Amino acid sequence: MLWTLIRRHIRPYLPHVVAVAVLQLATVLATLYLPSLNADIIDNGVATGDTDYIWRVGGVMLIVAMVQVITAITSVWFGARVSMGMGRDIRRSIYTRVDRFSTEEMGRYGAPTLITRATNDVQQVQMLVLMTLNFMVMVPIMSIGGIVMAIQEDPGLSWLVWVSVPLLMVIVGFLVKELMPLFQRMQDNIDSINSVMREQIMGIRVVRAFVREQHETARFESANATLTDTSVRIGRLFVIMGPAITVVLHLATAAVLWFGGHRVDAGLVEVGALTAFMQYLLQILMAVMMGTFMFMMFPRAIISGRRIGEVLETTPTLAEPAQPVALEAAGGGATVEFRDVTFAYPGADSPVLDGVSFTAEAGRTTAIIGSTGSGKTTLVSLIPRLHDATSGQVLLDGVPVTDLARATISRVVGLVPQKPYLFSGTIAHNLRFGDPTADDDQLWRALEVAQGTEFVKDRSTGEGESAATGLESTVSQGGTNVSGGQRQRLCIARTLVAAPRVYVFDDSFSALDVTTDAKVREGLARNTQGATTIIVAQRISTITSADQILVLEEGAVVGRGTHEELLVSSQTYREIVDSQITAEATA
Amino acid sequence: MNAKRKSAAEKTGAKRSNAKKSGAEKSGAKKSGAPAAELADLTESEILEMQDSMTSEWGESAPRKAKAFWPSALRLAGTFRDHKLGLAVVLGFGLISTVLTVWAPSILGDAMDVIFDGFLSGEGVAFDVLGRLLLIVLGMYLVAALFDWLQGRLLNDVVMKIVYVLREKIETKVNRLPLSYFDTRQRGDLLSRTTNDVDNVQSALQQAFASLVYAVLTIVGITIMMFWLSWQLALIALIALPISAVVIGVIGAKSQKLFTAQWRNTGRLNGHVEESFTGHDLVTVFDRQDSMREQFDTRNEELWEASFKAQFYSGMIMPIMQWVTYLGYVGIAVVGGLRIAAGQMSLGQVTAFIQYSREFNSPLGEVAGMANMLISGVASAERIFELLDAEEQEADGEITAGAANTDGETDREGRGERIERAEFTGPTRGRIEFDHVAFSYTPETSLISDLSLVAEPGQTIAIVGPTGAGKTTLVNLIMRFYEIDGGQIRLDGVDIRALDRGAVRSRVGMVLQDAVLFGGTIRENIRYGRLEATDEEVAAAATATFVDRFVHTLPDGYDTLIEDEGANVSAGERQLITIARAFLADPALLILDEATSSVDTRTEVLVQEAMAALRSDRTSFVIAHRLSTIRDADVILVMEHGDIVEQGSHDALLEAEGAYHRLYWSQFAAGTDPDADDAVVEESMTVTGAIPEVAATRDGAGAAPAETGELPAAGA
Repeated sequence: MLWTLIRRHIRPYLPHVVAVAVLQLATVLATLYLPSLNADIIDNGVATGDTDYIWRVGGVMLIVAMVQVITAITSVWFGARVSMGMGRDIRRSIYTRVDRFSTEEMGRYGAPTLITRATNDVQQVQMLVLMTLNFMVMVPIMSIGGIVMAIQEDPGLSWLVWVSVPLLMVIVGFLVKELMPLFQRMQDNIDSINSVMREQIMGIRVVRAFVREQHETARFESANATLTDTSVRIGRLFVIMGPAITVVLHLATAAVLWFGGHRVDAGLVEVGALTAFMQYLLQILMAVMMGTFMFMMFPRAIISGRRIGEVLETTPTLAEPAQPVALEAAGGGATVEFRDVTFAYPGADSPVLDGVSFTAEAGRTTAIIGSTGSGKTTLVSLIPRLHDATSGQVLLDGVPVTDLARATISRVVGLVPQKPYLFSGTIAHNLRFGDPTADDDQLWRALEVAQGTEFVKDRSTGEGESAATGLESTVSQGGTNVSGGQRQRLCIARTLVAAPRVYVFDDSFSALDVTTDAKVREGLARNTQGATTIIVAQRISTITSADQILVLEEGAVVGRGTHEELLVSSQTYREIVDSQITAEATA
Repeated sequence: MNAKRKSAAEKTGAKRSNAKKSGAEKSGAKKSGAPAAELADLTESEILEMQDSMTSEWGESAPRKAKAFWPSALRLAGTFRDHKLGLAVVLGFGLISTVLTVWAPSILGDAMDVIFDGFLSGEGVAFDVLGRLLLIVLGMYLVAALFDWLQGRLLNDVVMKIVYVLREKIETKVNRLPLSYFDTRQRGDLLSRTTNDVDNVQSALQQAFASLVYAVLTIVGITIMMFWLSWQLALIALIALPISAVVIGVIGAKSQKLFTAQWRNTGRLNGHVEESFTGHDLVTVFDRQDSMREQFDTRNEELWEASFKAQFYSGMIMPIMQWVTYLGYVGIAVVGGLRIAAGQMSLGQVTAFIQYSREFNSPLGEVAGMANMLISGVASAERIFELLDAEEQEADGEITAGAANTDGETDREGRGERIERAEFTGPTRGRIEFDHVAFSYTPETSLISDLSLVAEPGQTIAIVGPTGAGKTTLVNLIMRFYEIDGGQIRLDGVDIRALDRGAVRSRVGMVLQDAVLFGGTIRENIRYGRLEATDEEVAAAATATFVDRFVHTLPDGYDTLIEDEGANVSAGERQLITIARAFLADPALLILDEATSSVDTRTEVLVQEAMAALRSDRTSFVIAHRLSTIRDADVILVMEHGDIVEQGSHDALLEAEGAYHRLYWSQFAAGTDPDADDAVVEESMTVTGAIPEVAATRDGAGAAPAETGELPAAGA
């Protein structure tokens, strides 16, 4: 999955990647050339006392070092460009893909994990690409180049390479292998201790109310002990790493001097070559070690790659129609019709909606009532085509919504969702979400109807430079700095600004008190002349005046008619009314 | 030949990647190498904004600079107090290891000379001397490695012990802090102190502390060795020092700025992604995908630019530092060669010198990196110490009257008097008395000034009133979540301050306004009410509170895991679970604070019947906004501005036409004709049916005492 992801996104950067490879080759060659020059200084300059030669070769070394730094920096430039560019492209791919997801796909993943995938996971992959470009290209070149150079200096000592490299690989590899699962475990341990702490702080009242302090402390202690145990084990392995590597490297150095000494004594090799060989051997060992460490990054990046790949390979179920049908954008209401609509989540045992049929006439109000989990929200979400029905059809003015372009549906249907969500920005920015061209007057009119004029007028946020009032006052992300009732009113106003032909209110009055609820609905009745209104509500008083009420029970319509008719005909409706009658009507 | 340097560098390199590993999951920003100092360019509000806007995965609050570095650093160092011996051994071993490691290359140089001399003189290499020297060197390295390993292991164990104790202290502290502490602070900030800051301190102690000490020791040792070998070459090697300093200073500072920008842009992009994914339905419904994507593209592009630059600049440092090393290498090779040729130095000395000069630069870079880590660790430690220093609630049995607000020095009667400790014997009857109770959250604004009430055993007390009237406060005082400033609250005639908090709370069952559930299964959450309850008892409580009904529609029934984002369990269902939890606890006193606000009315009625059965023989306090819950109460308390303005039964209060009457018509039955008496179902519904019209004409009467949208109902 990771490879597919990288292969697919690296294509535009192939020239860059080639450049990185070439530049790193040059860098490595320069690096490898230096010990050989140094050997020359010793053998031809120092040994013979030729100071001119020393100066001359010294100058060459300086130039080589210059070349090395220039190629290295240029390679970093290309590497950063490729990896960060890929990160950007992958983020964009994920975003555009998720953009086309239906509510169902959103629900399957959940927003939090999608956010993590689009941000943190991409970061992982992008860092892996960067590291790979910076080191992974260099490591093999360095190892092979080093081996070639070392053998060239003295083939008789080359066996030292074949002994020391595997020895180092075995030691480092063993430690890395031992450490990796421990890292994973430590992360899990940290997560679990943090979640215990989080619960203690977030649920402090519950903990204290039930006198569960000791219980919580015991939980924390066990998490703490586990974490400490893992940390200690990681630490103990880690402190072996440094000394073990030191011993191997110095063993190799001593071996070169000992066996090399014999070869020098036998006149098979020069002293300078010996020092060069020693340096090459160390360079090879360093490269091997770095490569082994780099492998530690892979497991995480592979997981991230898989998580990203999953998102990218999810095909959105809502396809735009090939030949969209046009629909009047303005002028009166539109008829909403459900024809034997059934909706089931894939894999679920029973459907959420089961054979629902009804028609909401233009200019009329249709109300939907039913207890929690009866499918009300799912039903209304089919109208703006947030889902597609599993079977049956949802029609707007006689045209199936599947034949309408997204833009058309958006102009015709205005949904006020159950969860009043606001975007960060000013109030005006939020209200214009449905119609970016609306002027301030339109916004105020919408607020008037939604009973939001007063609090918006009085509202001020920020201090000093950033101080703002009224429409320009700011809303924090999700609308957390606005009370529940105000948020609902702003959401209603937002839809009013868009002026759709069909209004769908999904329990949009729940946070309003009865008086405000009534005023808002009264205002709506006056201002949405001719538009179709569909209201989902809990409160009987909200829907009694509707032209048609549908009673939903476990996904099926079990009653329909006006309030008065249903009081006679529907048992479920009467039960709902009974549960509220004491609450609202009698004294 | 210069193996120790490299091994040391790799060791820390490896440790850093360890830090990366553990830090990576939480912090994207820090991982890219942006330590605390880089946040200097961000304003405080920006940092807060980021903390707010980021999901938990990104939520690592960046440790800022310590307010008082040295006091906090000393205090952090003080945590080693209990491990003096261990620390002394660590330092001793470390010193031995460093001395040997620094010394060894020069002996290796001697070995080199043996070969070189043998080669030059043509007398052949003196292998007995060479062998002896090499064995000495190997021995030195082996001993150094052994001591390095031992001290590392010992330090690791000591640090882990310290961090373990630190975490323990924090947890204990959390349990001892008064609730007011949690009210007045951002939970997110508190969380990051107890989690991220501790992690940060751990890595600072574990990695930075040790490395910093040895890096400094090594630098000192190498400097001495270099000057001992040849002061001329030492000076050449030291030339590299200012160059490195300039590189780190100029490019380092630049890249830090760029990392700050990268972090800022990351935050902004994440914010946008979070918004458009969370508000996905709305974006779809309003067909705003295109404009949202444009915004995304802009921010994505900005992030790309910032991160590319940051990576480039920071990536440049390594090659340049390497170049500086090579520069020194070339200089020493040339000058050294000249000096050998002139007979002033031996080849072995020059090779040893080359190794030293290389080893010199690497701990320098290390010192810079580790210092940053340590500074950030101290800042985190400071934040933890602040938490540990916070004033605790008074221990049980050491309560003094009215001591909760020591700064609000009024001379209330009995202030400062020690309250005698008492204990319950026998069963709790559940009589609650408030006797001239005064309470305020802050000394400046008093909330409850003089409140008295009596709840007889078995009575149901309903509390109504606008937001901010002190309803929740009142029940919190019974739980002793806060200490009162004056007067007394008595449970069965005993001052609750004379009792252990646990003794009071274990007799009271409370269902809170926001349904807090813990990670774990539904069964575990219900069992939280009584840990020793059997599965059958849990199921019985669940059945009584209608949890059982919806549990069976969940894939794993009672073993369904409660998710943090709560996608699988709705708000109403969560409330039912918390009710089941209190039900299982079977307390003598019951407090319901808006317990059914998110439950649909039909279910609510059923739950209420179950609760009524539970309540029948115990005192209960009920805060609710739905009339059905309030109407049947024995006593209704109407609260306004922290005082009880009216009390009595529903009918009596309506008759009185006072505050309750007003509240009742504005909140519960807006628009309904107040004169319509017990109407039969059909008739009254006709009246309700007419609400819109009537409401429109009843504007004035309908106005609630408080901003209507803010009423408790709105919180649901």
